[in-house]
Amino acid sequence: MTAASAPAQTDKTSTPGALTTPGQHGIKEHSDGRFGFVPVQTRSDRFASVNVADFGEVTGREAVWKLSPVARFTDLTAGDLDGSAYEVQATDAPGVSVEWVDRADPRIGTAGTPEERASANAWTGFEKALAITITGEEAKEITLARADLGDASRAAHTIIEAKPFSQATVILANTGRARLTENVEIILGESANLTVVTLQEWEDTAVHLASHFGSVGRDARLKHIVISLGGSIVRVNPSVQLAGSGSDTELLGLYFADAGQHLEQQVYVNHVGPHSRSRVTYKGALQGQGARTVWVGDVLIGRTATGTDSYEQNRNLVLTEGTRADSVPNLEIETGDILGAGHASATGRFDDEQLFYLQARGIPEDEARRLVVRGFLSEIVQQVGSAALEERLQLAIEAELRGTEGQ
Amino acid sequence: MSVLEIKDLHVSVETDQGTKQILRGVDLSINEGEIHAIMGPNGSGKSTLAYTIAGHPKYHVESGSILLDGAQVLDMTVDERARAGLFLAMQYPVEIPGVTVTNFLRTAKTAIDGEAPAIRTWIKDVRESMTNLRMDKSFAERNVNEGFSGGEKKRNEILQLELLKPRFAVLDETDSGLDVDALKIVSEGVNRAKANTGLGVLLITHYTRILRYIKPDFVHVFVNGRVAEQGGSELADRLEDEGYDRYLAAPNVG
Ligand SMILES: Nc1ncnc2c1ncn2[C@@H]1O[C@H](COP(=O)(O)OP(=O)(O)OP(=O)(O)O)[C@@H](O)[C@H]1O
Ligand SMILES: [Mg+2]
Repeated sequence: MTAASAPAQTDKTSTPGALTTPGQHGIKEHSDGRFGFVPVQTRSDRFASVNVADFGEVTGREAVWKLSPVARFTDLTAGDLDGSAYEVQATDAPGVSVEWVDRADPRIGTAGTPEERASANAWTGFEKALAITITGEEAKEITLARADLGDASRAAHTIIEAKPFSQATVILANTGRARLTENVEIILGESANLTVVTLQEWEDTAVHLASHFGSVGRDARLKHIVISLGGSIVRVNPSVQLAGSGSDTELLGLYFADAGQHLEQQVYVNHVGPHSRSRVTYKGALQGQGARTVWVGDVLIGRTATGTDSYEQNRNLVLTEGTRADSVPNLEIETGDILGAGHASATGRFDDEQLFYLQARGIPEDEARRLVVRGFLSEIVQQVGSAALEERLQLAIEAELRGTEGQ
Repeated sequence: MSVLEIKDLHVSVETDQGTKQILRGVDLSINEGEIHAIMGPNGSGKSTLAYTIAGHPKYHVESGSILLDGAQVLDMTVDERARAGLFLAMQYPVEIPGVTVTNFLRTAKTAIDGEAPAIRTWIKDVRESMTNLRMDKSFAERNVNEGFSGGEKKRNEILQLELLKPRFAVLDETDSGLDVDALKIVSEGVNRAKANTGLGVLLITHYTRILRYIKPDFVHVFVNGRVAEQGGSELADRLEDEGYDRYLAAPNVG
């Protein structure tokens, strides 16, 4: 052992405390002021309540709101909301039931609690919850489509419950108009294997704020995929608690921001159970004046979460001038006994050398760009696990690329 | 009879220290089916010439011309040049994540021919070329150059050369980083392309060893941004014995 490494080894008296990343991992390089808040509290200490009145008025200075255009959706954080049942189209799948349940349903509140005002406002305001209950060990797929939620400010609550040992893919497909704040609770029983895809292809003017709360039981596996392409402001924040021993989650995201679009995702993985595993991979493309994306990735490895393995990454591809991508990974580790924990974040411009290489093989510039972007995003698309949906996503990405051509 | 003519070409690049002159009046003429070796010391401007022919935006042509059968290549975009029949095998081929070799080759072939290749014969052609270049089938499904070794990248360049069938190819140090077996395999690929399509080749190399497998009709010695001497293949033998010192001494004296 060299003398230089000795000091780190001598500090045996201190118990493993909350190691926040700024000092430990040199994340200060990432351009973001949010780190001013990190040492103040551990992520799990954040205030949470289902009651909107418990939260102060949103100013935009709060850690959870500081990267969002809060002035453009005060109706959702402070206004009265329509919390009634809405029109939803569900496909049939064996062993899957879809029904509207009332607020007394015992599952409500078991996966998580709002940590900000839009989420609490939705919780306070919903009248009926849409409950999707999955049973049966054979794989199956169900799509729930919301095609037009109208222009009124709206609250919604959804429960997706995968019973022990069940297996399914649930696709939440969103199109049309919306001014929506909502909570989605995802509850996985022991050894359940669930994929949830939430697809945002809203109309240009839509505003959508969503908090997804996942609770993953012993040996269960949740794959959660956020795909945001359409809408004016889309903020989908998945928060997953790896509660059971050996629980596993894969959190994937793909977003493509055009001119003027704000696409945001604040991801939180809370390792509680020992031997739990998480992988977070979000990829985004930005194109056009004012295209804006935000990715925040918090991973907390709690004191009880020994032998865990986690990795989170976010990559952004900047296609034009005038865009802004914030990317903020944050890793807190409260136990000394982990298998692995890492993160990566990169935001890069389009690689001109790749473009040159493709053009030097006769491929015209616009097609070469499409090829590279498609390649960049396909890492996520290929993991969706539904052939029909993968194909549809490829077409949607093509449309995004065509939509802003010649700008 | 196709011909590629380079006339009095002057090229510069922008650097932090200002404009840097690299090519200082290059004249070269290559006929279809001919192999021209360009040899020269590091930094003499060989890659600059290659990139300028292909149209890399970094290189600024100050004066001179490049004509392909009389058409002004300098007026064409990078992809137009490729479609006109020019090919550059790069010294350092870039990786394209998420784009498979199969997808890339088909897209390039379609762009160059102006129509998609007939599927049956195309698959057969790709397979055959890969077998000839001793490339494992699995490369077809890998992302372009991603995780390829130096030698595998070079084979992948020659694979494209064989399949895209250009009229003129510039090979920029395709031999560097190859062991002797790979060198033979790659050389055979170039010789096949020439035999099959009458390809004209501008073979840029630092060493003479590739010239044992690809016989040059002409050798041009490149020094300080221009052709300092030219001759037949015997000139290469002389360089092998004497090196470039003879040429490098000259600028100091002048
Ligand atoms: N983008 C650039 N910026 C600054 N200098 C450059 C740039 N490109 C080339 N040069 C310089 O121009 C000169 C010629 O470079 P070039 O790559 O053409 O040489 P080469 O003959 O291919 O060398 P090698 O045998 O090492 O491949 C070198 O001095 C190089 O440093
Ligand atoms: Mg070179």
